[in-house]
Amino acid sequence: MTSQRLSYLSAILEAQKEEMERDPSVIMMGEDIALYSATGVLGKLDNKRLWSTPISELGFTGMGVGAAMTGLRPIVDLTIASFAYLASDQIINQAAKVRYLTGGQARVPIVFRMSMWHNQANAAQHSDRPYPMFMNVPGLKIIAPSGARDMKGMLKAAIRDDDPVLVFEDNDLWMKSEDVPSDPDFLVPLGKAAVKREGRDVTIVSIAGCILHTLPAAEQLAGEGIEAEVIDLRSLAPLDTDSILASVAKTGRLVIVDYAHRTNSAAAEIAAIVAEEAFDALKAPIQRVTTPDVHIPFSPKLERPLYPNKDKVVAAVKKIIK
Amino acid sequence: MTLSKDQQREAYRRMLSIRSFEQAAARQIDNGEIPGAVHSSIGQEAAIVGACMALRDTDYITGTHRSHGHPIGKGAKLPPLMAELMGRTTGICKGRGGSMHLADSSVGIIGESAIVGGGIPIATGAGLSAHVRGTDQVSLCFFGDGATNEGSFHESLNMAAIWKLPVIYFCENNLYAATTPLRSSHGQPDVAHRAAGYGMPGVIVDGQDLEAVHAATGAAVARARRGEGPTLIEAKTYRFDEHAIGLFLPSIYRSSEEVDRYKRERDPLALYRQALLAAGHGEAELAALEQSVSRQVDEAVEFARNSPHPDPAEVYEFMYSNPINYPRAERQSS
Ligand SMILES: Cc1ncc(C[n+]2csc(CCOP(=O)(O)OP(=O)(O)O)c2C)c(N)n1
Repeated sequence: MTSQRLSYLSAILEAQKEEMERDPSVIMMGEDIALYSATGVLGKLDNKRLWSTPISELGFTGMGVGAAMTGLRPIVDLTIASFAYLASDQIINQAAKVRYLTGGQARVPIVFRMSMWHNQANAAQHSDRPYPMFMNVPGLKIIAPSGARDMKGMLKAAIRDDDPVLVFEDNDLWMKSEDVPSDPDFLVPLGKAAVKREGRDVTIVSIAGCILHTLPAAEQLAGEGIEAEVIDLRSLAPLDTDSILASVAKTGRLVIVDYAHRTNSAAAEIAAIVAEEAFDALKAPIQRVTTPDVHIPFSPKLERPLYPNKDKVVAAVKKIIK
Repeated sequence: MTLSKDQQREAYRRMLSIRSFEQAAARQIDNGEIPGAVHSSIGQEAAIVGACMALRDTDYITGTHRSHGHPIGKGAKLPPLMAELMGRTTGICKGRGGSMHLADSSVGIIGESAIVGGGIPIATGAGLSAHVRGTDQVSLCFFGDGATNEGSFHESLNMAAIWKLPVIYFCENNLYAATTPLRSSHGQPDVAHRAAGYGMPGVIVDGQDLEAVHAATGAAVARARRGEGPTLIEAKTYRFDEHAIGLFLPSIYRSSEEVDRYKRERDPLALYRQALLAAGHGEAELAALEQSVSRQVDEAVEFARNSPHPDPAEVYEFMYSNPINYPRAERQSS
């Protein structure tokens, strides 16, 4: 299979371009969509397919839902994840629920894209990682790919999927490049985690850009004789519980690395599942490496130390492997 | 009068169906056969049916928590609606939606939203979709006066106006949002005047007059199909029952004189019956129609009563169109 070197950001653009070319029912809406047409990154598209919206997150999100229910496949670009709060009524009360409420009459094939900006001195209102809040909503599919290959394959799968999918893009990853298969039908299925490194001593579950810390941490640990298995979650809903449980059954130890605030984080849910279902396999307490429950401050000197990093992951592993 | 004789009979039949269905629902709340509460549309039948009869079967509508009238007005069959109110498997939403969500996609109802204002962007998106797909479908959005103070109203009308989308914003202004009177929630009393702020026509119509509503909606639909964009229609109407039957909200927010006056002088069914007699329909014809509707509602109730309740093991069904092996589901219920 031929492949091309793509950044995470260009993987997003390529996925959208290919799907829009393949399927005339795919449209895009959002506040800065005009940029796409101006720069030609989406090729020559009928202007009915690109909707550059006024600043109306609730309104255009709901319009996307209505369009999805009536024959289109909208990609709604909410840009920064914090803006999803304004759209959350339409995401939660409509997109996630209408199929159920109508007893299966409705179908909502829609993709909501949003990027998580953090570590960029944008302060509290532009630095959220809100995926756990949406994991608490049945009816949504949620992905957070950690590299260009998965991003392209999963975003395309999301666009082709008949249910609402939230795509959390980690802006720490934008410029990272990977080899990505060029086949326009290359898809990565939703709902499956990926084992990024095999190991026998400890399972490290990593979410989105946390991979930038977990893989180097695993390398460093290997130098000290500790073999970590790194699971990149990729899909947050549905959660690939089986992959996590299988790995914990092998290693007996679990560290979860999650950019979200600690309380009710994705890490909290994974820890609870493993405690409920694999308690007997555990040789040591589960460890969570998360962002503490404080607003993200502006000053880089205050902000940077809050997030998971390689040293914190190494320390968490060492705490449970003596 | 602009409706043909057949259309007039059909309009009267639909209004009667709403009235009779709602009365049956109220009785069944009382005798415990319907769980929860129901919001009836009695008093608003002319607004609903007048608007729906200006649409084709393939046009879309979205509705509200006051959800029974809209599908009936658009021509839905009664038994699955009644079964839904009673939470049965034969319900139009398989017992997942209940009284506030009587969507029937077979007649173009894509959703009734119990979140006030929630359906307004959805209807706007359906209009966008018709435009993108190049059909001449229109999308009509029902909402109350209360909903016009939600941000979703403003955002949607603005976008529909910019892009000239084929959407009809239809406000059933019954003067109250639950217990809040319009005069204490709106800076000026005519919702239709807001249309000017968006650059679209705003039309006020007597919501108790079926043919007036039909004419106003028909003009808006024609305009939308011509690609000239959205219209905001405000039908001045009145709700005869409590905000929700079964909720027991105190009724001190409006006087019984006011309610009685509307029931006596502004009942849309009585007004239309007189108009039909004047237009040459016979007393015997109307009486036969009334009886047949009442029989159909009785049959719908019987159908619902004889339908099975859903199996609790199927509670996860209908979450996804394309479920991905969801192994947690079963484990969670233990
Ligand atoms: C967003 C939201 N806020 C509040 C409510 C509670 N509520 C249900 S119906 C209603 C009144 C709605 O008034 P209006 O839009 O005028 O419709 P009407 O009931 O008169 O048909 C309210 C406040 C709700 N369902 N959704």
